[in-house]
Amino acid sequence: MNIINIEHIAKIYEVGSEQVHALRDVSLRINKNEYVAIMGPSGSGKSTLMNMLGCLDTPTSGKYEFTNANVSEMTDNELAKIRNKEIGFVFQTFNLLARSDALHNVELPLIYAGVPSAERRERAEAALIDVGLKDRMHHKPNELSGGQRQRVAIARALVTKPSIILADEPTGNLDSKTGEEIMILFNEIYEKGNTIILVTHEEYIAEHAARIIRLKDGLIESDETVKNRFIPKPKTVVV
Amino acid sequence: MNTFFFEIKEGMLIALRAIRSNKIRAILTMLGIVIGITSVVLMTTAIKGIDNAFQKGISALGSDVLYISKWPWFGNRDWWKIRNRRNITMADFERFKELAKLPIAVAPVVNSIRSAKYKDRSVDNVIMTGSDADYVNTTNFTFDMGRFFSETESKSSRNVVVLGSNIAKNLFPRRDGLNKTIKIGNENFKVIGILTEQGSIILGAFNPDNQLYVPIGTVFKYFMSRWSSSITLNVRAASPAMVPATKDEAEGIMRKIRGLSYNEEDDFAINQQEALQQSYDSVVGVIQIAGLFITGLSLFVGAIGIMNIMFVSVRERTKEIGLRKAIGAKRRTILGQFLLESSVICLMGGLVGLILAVILSMIVNQFLPTSVQYSAVILAIMISLMTGIIAGFAPAYTAAKMDPVEALRYE
Ligand SMILES: Nc1ncnc2c1ncn2[C@@H]1O[C@H](COP(=O)(O)OP(=O)(O)OP(=O)(O)O)[C@@H](O)[C@H]1O
Ligand SMILES: [Mg+2]
Repeated sequence: MNIINIEHIAKIYEVGSEQVHALRDVSLRINKNEYVAIMGPSGSGKSTLMNMLGCLDTPTSGKYEFTNANVSEMTDNELAKIRNKEIGFVFQTFNLLARSDALHNVELPLIYAGVPSAERRERAEAALIDVGLKDRMHHKPNELSGGQRQRVAIARALVTKPSIILADEPTGNLDSKTGEEIMILFNEIYEKGNTIILVTHEEYIAEHAARIIRLKDGLIESDETVKNRFIPKPKTVVV
Repeated sequence: MNTFFFEIKEGMLIALRAIRSNKIRAILTMLGIVIGITSVVLMTTAIKGIDNAFQKGISALGSDVLYISKWPWFGNRDWWKIRNRRNITMADFERFKELAKLPIAVAPVVNSIRSAKYKDRSVDNVIMTGSDADYVNTTNFTFDMGRFFSETESKSSRNVVVLGSNIAKNLFPRRDGLNKTIKIGNENFKVIGILTEQGSIILGAFNPDNQLYVPIGTVFKYFMSRWSSSITLNVRAASPAMVPATKDEAEGIMRKIRGLSYNEEDDFAINQQEALQQSYDSVVGVIQIAGLFITGLSLFVGAIGIMNIMFVSVRERTKEIGLRKAIGAKRRTILGQFLLESSVICLMGGLVGLILAVILSMIVNQFLPTSVQYSAVILAIMISLMTGIIAGFAPAYTAAKMDPVEALRYE
């Protein structure tokens, strides 16, 4: 099933009198239960593309269909609703609320979805258990390690059961061992039938994905299926 | 409707979290609101107290009594001219009483400041009122003990005295003053009556509670010259409705007695409680305007403070706003969240201000009987809520219209 369908998308930023072509002409289809890595040099437009896919930003021109709905024509409120229900974001810098504990951070998207508090709590707890943080629910971000913080963020992305997980350099702020643990988690999520798109600079991270798209200067340079996908061993999970 | 309450409730929780995480700042921000609300509530309470006291005091004067005197109570512009008016004499009084048909009572009054003594207890600088037996009929006096002096006692200028309640309290703490002999100046007077409490502090020294009443002849005998003092005529109309007619008649009679020709001005003044009410209203008006100004100013300063803090808070939390939007917060949700935050701060300030005002009005109540008005409480809550919404709107709007991508990139 097709989830994402973009055709000839361009994004132009006006900086003073200059135009920055962050994306020039990008077309792309992504199906359900795909695991895609987006790579490319700095400034090639990876984050811009991710923001577009995540309905955080709208293209300057081109067409974007998300599960057959035309995103390019949606109002702010409709976009907010799609982000809430259909998309789970994972950021490089985690972006957790510093003064709230893990549980509240994970509950947040459910608040905006209008889920009553008892059910909210139940679902947030389940999501935290899924990412292996059963005994860290009431810890604040500054009481958690980088890897644990990213797990909280992943739980927050998963808790609404979105159609797609978008992760912009999720291991960028982590050491390679912790990064590997996060990749094991992503692999589990993928194997449960979820759709994942992640941006990375590291070839060995990208090899976890089933498909690699390379961007350069706002254009797709290559789009290939990975022949020997690296499947991390769940045994190495350390919480 | 359900989702509306859900959003209010969740927004409230988020606002409380935000305030709790910055307690000191929130408290400092509240100060302006606290002062504003305290002053608005305290002012209405104080005005209510002044009003109570005034109405009570003014009723001691009687709304149906005219006070004919050389001096007008208000607006003494031509001081010299008035000073040079002929005195109103006892002879004028006798003729007035003869000619006037409408009043139900007319009494001549002189005042003098004296001290009174009983054994080792004394009261200084009290007003001694000299009049005749009819005086009591120009008042609404009620007696704790004894009676007012009789016509015989008045005519024969006996040494008898009626005490106002405060004077009696001071001289006879054990309430055994009746028939005792006190000294006024160097003369002995027998106490024949003691009044119950009549007036209020508004009247000051003129409060009947702080006065002594003796026959007018006795005053002239010991304390004042009959010839050099000007008396006041207290004239009581049959009813408040009869006041204008009684006043017209009194003016005509006075002009006749004083031999004024048609082109001469009155050389006397007919005073009444109404004039007091008017000047009271203007004084209260000034207090109200001053109070309104102070309240408005402190609320304005408070509102600016809140707005400033909310702008800082929005700026600081730019990244958080970006995140909230990324995971599904709508514009109006963010707007509501910040509006709630500033409203909650203002409401807290308003409540603290109210509590402060209640405590302060208990102190005010010690010397000016009053209580906090329900309308003032509701007004205070409305004002603080409004301030919160108005002051919070611009910052909340800035937050709501932030672009999520920009906000997330903010460092
Ligand atoms: N808000 C903006 N205003 C102006 N130019 C922008 C803005 N956002 C991105 N750009 C420009 O668009 C281009 C693509 O940026 P983008 O962030 O997508 O790159 P990236 O591939 O994610 O790079 P990196 O690997 O460093 O994260 C860059 O040249 C960048 O300078
Ligand atoms: Mg980037």
